[in-house]
Amino acid sequence: MDRLSTRFAACKAQGRAALITFVTAGDPDVGATPAILEALVAGGADIIELGMPFTDPMADGPAIELANLRSLGSGTKTKHIFALAADFRARHPDTPLVLMGYANPMLIRGADWFAEQCKAAGVDGVICVDIPPEEDAEIGPALRAAGVHLIRLATPTTDAARLPAVLDGASGFLYHVSVAGITGKQSAAQANIEIAVNKLKAATKLPIAVGFGVRGPEQAAAIGRIADGVVVGSAIVDIIGSHGDAAAPFVQDFVATLRDALHIRETAA
Amino acid sequence: MTDTLSLPNSLRSQPDASGHFGAFGGRYVAETLMPLILELEKVYKTAKADPAFDAEFAELLRSYVGRPNPLYYAERLTEALRAKAQPGPNGEKRGAKIYLKREELNHTGAHKINNCIGQALLARRMGKKKVIAETGAGQHGVATATVAALFGMECKIFMGAKDVERQKPNVFRMKLLGAEVIPVHSGSSTLKDSMNDALRYWVSNVHDTFYIIGTAAGPHPYPELVRDFQSIIGKETRAQIMEAEGRLPDLLIAPVGGGSNAIGLFHPFLDDPDVAMIGVEAAGEGLDKKHAASLAGGASGILHGNRTYLLQDEDGQITEAHSISAGLDYPGIGPEHSWLHEIGRVKYMPIRDDEALTSFQTLSKLEGIIPALESAHAVAAAEQVAPTLDADKIIVVNLSGRGDKDIFTVADALGVEM
Repeated sequence: MDRLSTRFAACKAQGRAALITFVTAGDPDVGATPAILEALVAGGADIIELGMPFTDPMADGPAIELANLRSLGSGTKTKHIFALAADFRARHPDTPLVLMGYANPMLIRGADWFAEQCKAAGVDGVICVDIPPEEDAEIGPALRAAGVHLIRLATPTTDAARLPAVLDGASGFLYHVSVAGITGKQSAAQANIEIAVNKLKAATKLPIAVGFGVRGPEQAAAIGRIADGVVVGSAIVDIIGSHGDAAAPFVQDFVATLRDALHIRETAA
Repeated sequence: MTDTLSLPNSLRSQPDASGHFGAFGGRYVAETLMPLILELEKVYKTAKADPAFDAEFAELLRSYVGRPNPLYYAERLTEALRAKAQPGPNGEKRGAKIYLKREELNHTGAHKINNCIGQALLARRMGKKKVIAETGAGQHGVATATVAALFGMECKIFMGAKDVERQKPNVFRMKLLGAEVIPVHSGSSTLKDSMNDALRYWVSNVHDTFYIIGTAAGPHPYPELVRDFQSIIGKETRAQIMEAEGRLPDLLIAPVGGGSNAIGLFHPFLDDPDVAMIGVEAAGEGLDKKHAASLAGGASGILHGNRTYLLQDEDGQITEAHSISAGLDYPGIGPEHSWLHEIGRVKYMPIRDDEALTSFQTLSKLEGIIPALESAHAVAAAEQVAPTLDADKIIVVNLSGRGDKDIFTVADALGVEM
């Protein structure tokens, strides 16, 4: 089994959802990222989503947009991101690492180049916000050939007619974007998330992770009761925004509260 | 991706079923928007086949926009350039005849209104009562605010904070028309950032909002439908030049930011091999300095829902565009232009800020027409090309907009205090 399946299975065995945490690579600068990644793991993150900064992050709200600008402003290049990934992989052979970002930085040197870099750096999966299934040919075949998961997104606007297209070629896990909107803004009603996740579970065996608008332990716990994974991004990125190079311990404390919250299901069961 | 050689023998049959123009175009948007994009495609297909849609569009263009607008023979400009032209090797007279397609005479002062009316009709078909738009120079914002008023729709316009500052009269116009103008402070605070924020707003309000994209770019089907709505420019030009000269023109010239007025003029002529075409890109301070010429100085990439030529660095980060014309200050170009560039059907020519400024004044003084700075780029290209062509050649320049909005920018560049 690959790292993602192994981790989801391990979390399931513990009776809890996986905690998936997002930070932007190179935020606030490349030198600060390794300590932040360590803090995520030490705090209890199961899967790390590492954002590739882009000048025009159209699907992101102000928190992650600012993180992108801080990162690019401090000189982060694509080569630094793969170096950070490879370094993380050397230190954490079992923690899944997923790159998340936009098509243009991923494809500028060609999909094959990008897929090979992912493989070489030990990246387990890729989430590309602006490649819908209709444009899968741009990146999907190259990633699959390299053994890297292409993680697809389902949203509140993905209806039953469209879902098969989204699932065709999806692997690793399915990322349910809980709000029709951008990252970090409004939160979806718990009842709506439950309905959506149940529909997805009926259609696929892939683990379902829920993200967008999950800001604190209580929400994470609530979503963790219905989904296989909970993604927290903007709330962590905000901490980095406030504390800069000194953010790591604050990040670790916050992630630990999220992880503790997910254990509630275990004790309740 | 379709092999263009296997298509029916027409350059006008693009995009293919997946929305690609050769290697360009497509639908690169967040999953949230995909169902809406697919619905728009369906609605547009139905509308295109519905004579009632076409009839209503045509009637609004006639009675509200003021079409057809004239094709005007610019005799004084033609003669001035002939006076400068060197005779050919066998003593032929040089200096092509220049006609101006008067899009600046449309209601709201530019070609933008054609597209806005078409898209507002589509929005109404889809039952959307709210529209949003991005704008650079403000022409598209004014046109969108205008159709929103006409159709009784709620309207929000996203505009880079820098552009809000340099296009104050248009900001005031939009507000008078009942639109809310939202200054965008992210990134470079110009056109590309206003498009980012419009997309962010749209993705959060996709259930009740229609996005009126201002140029022949964005995810499929926008490049196609904007082109179709703007093709009225080329269709009228065809009929008018046949009436005036009894033949097709030798050369078409139009300014290209996103390129909607250019594709509107060019498209009906693409299958006429004897009609040459030049799209004029903004070379800003020069191609080796700050500019907005995505074909001359960019590379293929993905931004704002389509694959096209973009100004970008080696990591695929989008670099800042610069043009004296806010309407051309965009790091990309419509995907059909990228395709026409690659197959060589249309030549693209860079014109600098200073050249456009000079032509802005030349056309004002010689013809009594103050052109938009966008259009002044096309006039500058005509001024360079016309003297190299024989005197019996015919050039049509698309005068895409009027220059009232630009007088403050021009005054500033000329050191005049207003």
